[in-house]
Amino acid sequence: MAETQIRNFNLNFGPQHPSAHGVLRMVLEMDGEIITRADPHIGLLHRGTEKLIEYKNYVQALPYFDRLDYVSPQNQEHAFALAVEKLLGLEVPPRGQYIRVLFAEIGRVLNHIFTVCAYAMDTGAMTPMLWMFEDRETLMEFCERASGARMHMNYFRPGGVSHDLTPELLDDIGTWAETFPKMIDDCETLLTENRIFKQRTVDIGVITADQCFDWGFTGPNLRSAGVPWDLRKSQPYDVYAKMDFDVVIAKHGDCYDRYLVRIQEMRQCLRIIKQCLEEMPGGRCKSDDRKISPPSRAEMKNSMEALIHHFKLYTEGYHVPAGETYTAVEAPKGEFGVYLVSDGTNKPYRCKIRAPGFAHLQAMDLLSNGHMLADVVANIGSLDIVFGEIDR
Amino acid sequence: MDLALKDLGEYIADKLPEDVNGTTVILGELVVSVKAEGIARVMAFLRDDVNCRFKQLMDICGVDYPERIPRFEVVYNLLSLINNNRVRVKVETDEDTPVPTVTGVFSAADWWERETWDLFGIFFSGHTDLRRILTDYGFDGHPLRKDFPLTGYVEVRYDDELKRVVYEPVKLTQEFRSFDFLSPWEGVQGVLPGDEKAEDAEDENADGAVGEGDA
Repeated sequence: MAETQIRNFNLNFGPQHPSAHGVLRMVLEMDGEIITRADPHIGLLHRGTEKLIEYKNYVQALPYFDRLDYVSPQNQEHAFALAVEKLLGLEVPPRGQYIRVLFAEIGRVLNHIFTVCAYAMDTGAMTPMLWMFEDRETLMEFCERASGARMHMNYFRPGGVSHDLTPELLDDIGTWAETFPKMIDDCETLLTENRIFKQRTVDIGVITADQCFDWGFTGPNLRSAGVPWDLRKSQPYDVYAKMDFDVVIAKHGDCYDRYLVRIQEMRQCLRIIKQCLEEMPGGRCKSDDRKISPPSRAEMKNSMEALIHHFKLYTEGYHVPAGETYTAVEAPKGEFGVYLVSDGTNKPYRCKIRAPGFAHLQAMDLLSNGHMLADVVANIGSLDIVFGEIDR
Repeated sequence: MDLALKDLGEYIADKLPEDVNGTTVILGELVVSVKAEGIARVMAFLRDDVNCRFKQLMDICGVDYPERIPRFEVVYNLLSLINNNRVRVKVETDEDTPVPTVTGVFSAADWWERETWDLFGIFFSGHTDLRRILTDYGFDGHPLRKDFPLTGYVEVRYDDELKRVVYEPVKLTQEFRSFDFLSPWEGVQGVLPGDEKAEDAEDENADGAVGEGDA
């Protein structure tokens, strides 16, 4: 028989592919339908956030964090606010801390709803998206009622939150938290024991704990490999130390386990949300340091000093003492860190954003190698990739 | 916490006297500054030593200080899950001096080193695949350097006649405005408009005939 030349096949996956979750371009080298090498090309959504932040004062820098991971904006604001507070040595009043934890958990639920449903969609299930997004919309309404914006809240500020919540909003969140577990159960009836879903995800993209360490995995992806590591427990910030919740882990580190961890984490989020609502103290929601947190509108009408502070804070901003810090929070996708260098002026000297997705996507080659083309889609979905934060 | 970190810093400095320049604790965070040649050795030590166990590399980034020599700092953030602490390792370098890669120690370093190369132009020797990562294909320059303008040099648009994307020099419809909000009572570094005459006059008085003058 004549020898035939067999050549590996190069396939461009994305950037305009619905399951590329935005603008991922992946060059896949394939032997038949088996992936031999996956080379993700990122940067198609690069907006130069870090450069822009260097030219803005601290107040103006905050909204950029909403636009990184636009699925859970609250958690990123949280990281920046904590970093600035650390440099300023600022205390946040208890009510401010509770509100931030409450909304950080709402952000986590927002993110996990999105991830689980988009992931189900990637693997062929349409219904979860249709069912669960109603709750996502409800949550976004809560965000709107708190801050005026559905997605890009710009609500967490260094020193607390921008303004207080109404008691009605807290009641409504409480009511929602009672009904949502039913929704999670419904979603699980569709997916957890679903034969097609399991065929697409079980034993796909397996990663061991040691590989996770080597590749800088954090968050649900690390926990699904059996490592009980959660910054909310191990390095608690704000009032997480007072919260009673469990760290969810799974054992196999495959796509299916990553899904299971996210589902269970939503239930833990609800526990934290309920505790926040029960224990929510009164008092101020932001620091009373007049040089950091702006005065209220009403105060400005009567007080000359308040007017001056308002003017100075919204033109010049505040000066942050020289120093540097790496502050990380447990964002829904993993460890979201901010390395902030201040030179004592009103603008950050350097603000490096450590996006969890960046590390996760990097391991794409490791996860996909030897799998079929369709499994690449399952892998991307299970890693929870959002390009806002990866490309920055 | 601070004391424990200080002890850990001293321990690291003791174990690696040739590679470590010094250790400090800033705002409760341990910072170890290291000589560039020894970075891979230090990282391997921090990962494997029983007292360190910094198993995870969280982040690598560059910082540009144009007034310093050498001008760049490469910052590595490590996390230990076992001891629940973090360490920050710093290396100094400039445009021409490569930093040895740590991809052999942490696989995760791959993309972060590519990013640092892309945005700062810091070269990592031994890195097998040092392509640009975040900027455009064929991008020129290193955007996070302090001397790179915020607006960049080129802009792209789709040309309907040529039926392709064209690159053109940046045209700003409005001049880029950078307001100096530093209060004149605290932090102006440069000379205020009008003050240069006063300083010249002082110089002439002080230096007498040695001054450079206009001739």
